[in-house]
Amino acid sequence: MQRRDFLQLAGLGGGAIFSASLAGCASAGKPQDEFYFVQLSDTHWGFQGAPNPDARGTLPKAIAAVNALPKPPDFIVFTGDLTHTTDDPAERRRRMAEFKQVVGELKVKTVRFMPGEHDASLDRGAAFREMFGDTHFRFDHQGVHFIALDNVSDRGTTLGPEQLAWMQAELAKLNPEAPLVVLAHRPLFPLVPKWDWHTRDGDQALALLMPHKNVTVFYGHIHQEHHQMTGHIAHHSARSLMFPLPAPGTADKATALPWDPAAPYRGLGWREVAIEGAKAGRIEHGVSNA
Amino acid sequence: MKRRDLLLMGAAAGAALTAARAQVPREIEITAQRFKFTPAEIPLKAGEPVVLLIRSLDFAHGFFVPDLDLRTDLMPGRVTRLALTPKARGQLAFLCDNFCGDGHEGMDGHFDVS
Repeated sequence: MQRRDFLQLAGLGGGAIFSASLAGCASAGKPQDEFYFVQLSDTHWGFQGAPNPDARGTLPKAIAAVNALPKPPDFIVFTGDLTHTTDDPAERRRRMAEFKQVVGELKVKTVRFMPGEHDASLDRGAAFREMFGDTHFRFDHQGVHFIALDNVSDRGTTLGPEQLAWMQAELAKLNPEAPLVVLAHRPLFPLVPKWDWHTRDGDQALALLMPHKNVTVFYGHIHQEHHQMTGHIAHHSARSLMFPLPAPGTADKATALPWDPAAPYRGLGWREVAIEGAKAGRIEHGVSNA
Repeated sequence: MKRRDLLLMGAAAGAALTAARAQVPREIEITAQRFKFTPAEIPLKAGEPVVLLIRSLDFAHGFFVPDLDLRTDLMPGRVTRLALTPKARGQLAFLCDNFCGDGHEGMDGHFDVS
């Protein structure tokens, strides 16, 4: 992506653009081409309720918007809670199958799926693995390292010693100067523990990441944008495509905000993440009623 | 034995009983069941040691008191004992921190410490 394209996207996106330094990109040993990917999160397919009277129409609207981007993203990530939870294993699989069918409309076919606790906690990720594959994985793209963590398949919302050992081994293979993008569903830091907005052993994951100089975490779970640093590590949560939740710690409970007929889809959205040389840019998109 | 001695002995025994009672933490029974704790609002006194006797009826719920960094798993059918002594007045939140289904996010309560 050229700089002018990046700025043009910002203008079209209807959202704010922020740039954060990914200093170290140039020293990763291999110059990167510019690229961008799309993050969608917390689609909660199967949810029914007053917080979103267009529960079956919101995700298709976002997909249409992604398909209409002037230049397609290199890939798309879904950071968990693809489906809304159910006690019925057959219904869980039915929701996942329907979700796959809906997102099959995406023109970009490189799509990486991650679980949220609504997808994976009750059966420890069994249905998710059947339908989507591994719950944690690593890949590289254009000289940028990506690691996707699963902090939901354990009901206690831990990464667990086995995954932490895998993470440590994977990170040991990487140049600590190289840009590293971490994907997760839940925040790795204790954002609001009284709302269960944390990862019980997230501190261990963050300790493993600390030697890496250029780390950015993209996650979901909290159904809104939130941006925080822990040391030199930047954390950015994404909006949901089903219902928004209150700002961190501002209510007794983290219950869905009501649908506003005067401003439908308010608080819902998705984002582009552009990596351009030594910078990462975010372009936040709302959901349009069109 | 004189009446005055009897009174003194009675007073001493009463004081010992009071002291013994003071060392035995008050027990509070809590039930965990998808998706609520009963009771969900529990009065406590600052400095008073208590023991929570928590019984889960249906799921391996969690019981987490973030401000005290205190948590435990609640195995169904068992009574889990959790001792705590609140130090300061105010409200202490507790919640289930093991995802238990559609309604998990509202499974919480609080201690009112006076």
